[in-house]
Amino acid sequence: MSTSSSTATSPLQQKENVNKGFTKPHKLGLKHPRKLRKSRKILQNWQLYIFVLPAFLYFLIFHYIPMYGVQIAFKNFIPTLGIWGSEWVGFEHFTRFFESYYFWDLIKNTLGISVYELIVGFPLPIILALALNEVKDSFFKRTVQTVTYAPHFISVVVMSGMIIAFLSPATGIINHGIQFLGFEPIAFLSDPAWFKTVYVLSGVWQSTGWGTIIYLAALAGVDPQHHEAAIVDGATRFQRIWHINIPAIVPTMIILLIMNVGSIMALGFEKILLLQNPLNLESSNVIATFVYQAGLLDAQYSFASAVGLFNAVINAILLITVNKIAKKTSETSLW
Amino acid sequence: MNSSIHETKTDKIFKAFVYIFLTGALVIVLYPLIYIVSASISNPSDVNTGEMWLFPKGITFEGYRLIFENGDIWRGYLNTIFYTALGTFINLAVTIPAAYALARKDFVGRNLLMGMFVLTMFFSGGLIPTYLVVKNLGLIDTIWAMVLPNAAAVWNIVIARVFFQTSIPKELEEAAIIDGASNFKMFVKIILPLSAPIIAVMALFYGVGHWNGYFNALIYLSDKEMFPLQLVLREILVLQEMSSQSTNLTGTMAEAMHSKQQLAAVIKYGVMIVSTLPIIIVYPFLQRYFVKGVMIGSLKG
Repeated sequence: MSTSSSTATSPLQQKENVNKGFTKPHKLGLKHPRKLRKSRKILQNWQLYIFVLPAFLYFLIFHYIPMYGVQIAFKNFIPTLGIWGSEWVGFEHFTRFFESYYFWDLIKNTLGISVYELIVGFPLPIILALALNEVKDSFFKRTVQTVTYAPHFISVVVMSGMIIAFLSPATGIINHGIQFLGFEPIAFLSDPAWFKTVYVLSGVWQSTGWGTIIYLAALAGVDPQHHEAAIVDGATRFQRIWHINIPAIVPTMIILLIMNVGSIMALGFEKILLLQNPLNLESSNVIATFVYQAGLLDAQYSFASAVGLFNAVINAILLITVNKIAKKTSETSLW
Repeated sequence: MNSSIHETKTDKIFKAFVYIFLTGALVIVLYPLIYIVSASISNPSDVNTGEMWLFPKGITFEGYRLIFENGDIWRGYLNTIFYTALGTFINLAVTIPAAYALARKDFVGRNLLMGMFVLTMFFSGGLIPTYLVVKNLGLIDTIWAMVLPNAAAVWNIVIARVFFQTSIPKELEEAAIIDGASNFKMFVKIILPLSAPIIAVMALFYGVGHWNGYFNALIYLSDKEMFPLQLVLREILVLQEMSSQSTNLTGTMAEAMHSKQQLAAVIKYGVMIVSTLPIIIVYPFLQRYFVKGVMIGSLKG
């Protein structure tokens, strides 16, 4: 504060000055109306608090209470005893999970499917958006957009039904095509070797078009003067995309990349659960489906919570790390 | 732009590549969609043998007739309509007022509250603790389990908040306050009538979510009478179980068995369409709203 301003007086005197002298009323005089304004603001806008109340209660009950409830991962949770009454067991459930024979399979599948999805699924919307951006014929452009957005609205159940129907070894159209070309039909969903590919490619089919929206919005913000100048300088189309359009969408790319990496362990398992069967379990069992199995079907609440918490911690570490790297290298980050 | 004048040979080749790529994407996405429509009205044996590969063959509406006779599907449909209507209403009632309040600069504590909401995007208690909360509240096997655990989505609050910040003139609010309107009155009389676009976008996002959702029903509902359409579909499409009603065909047993297997496939394609029909119908009209919603949300990355 004002300690460094006066050099002649001793520290003790100084303090007294601060307390007795002009500083105190001055300080009060500054803070008082502000405080008053603040409380008056709160009083004036009390109705706004009622507006937020439902949302506040929702997040409190369905998000923050579960966060508090995560402590059952460290307890032997017995529903009749409640969270507080249950016995504390520390990291027992975690060590049991780490030492289980399926631990590495789960890690391998969770990471395997996510990384596969990231490598295949991340660049495609960018490429599609860059290509769409080159099209000046608005009817063709609109048609491609309308059609490629559409699968986004197909429910995960119907999507899984489509996958199962199309890939059926005996009656599916894809295997008819394979046989037509003179190959043996492939039992895609009962062969563990195929599961990840089926999962990732069907996801690409469903979400690539929708994923272009954000990039197209970013591309729409590119100043046409850049392009005009580049054309004058004799740049080819490809050069213009490379030097003007791609740099324009890099911040969007980085944000989406961070978010994708941050959700690697939180793999959307609704579709996996639907496509899973005992024959492909070897490559389809991921942490999320395992938590569902152990927690809800086998009612091992504490153990499943521990597995879920382990997953969430890895997830948070990934998110924070990637965000940090992005911040250092490109100055774009989530926070 | 008259860039065509400057087009060189490599530009033309590049342009050709772009068109080939986009046409390829179009065909890959469109083909399965057309196939499903064709398969749902084709002769089952032609579909199963691969004779039917693009256009319908041996047109029959037998599959649709069986779908409409199926009590499970009807009930699921009605349940889903109910859950979607109630759920979307709750979503809007929670999201719109909260987003409006959080958009107001003179609302003390807005950043704290917003931070509290956004944090839940990155951290959560996980499946089991959430399930236990729902269970302890006594919501299992009630309609509330279908609507309350998803009463709001952070992302949608963010989108709506950006809308209020950018699309409602501040002067309007100031004028209303000077005229002595309370926040409540102002919200109902002035803000809501101006918010039709964002309400539409939110209703669509939430509505599609409720219509397509199956996981809440899977974990919170055990009473078959309450199953939404997607859970009924799961039994037909994924678990491959046809209820006795849908395949209760006349004729000898052997005949019935054969027809059953044959028809099962066609019914599958039919239900895919029937279940998605409401979205297919509204989609062309609302596409630009959907897109707008995503773009508003992406403003700040």
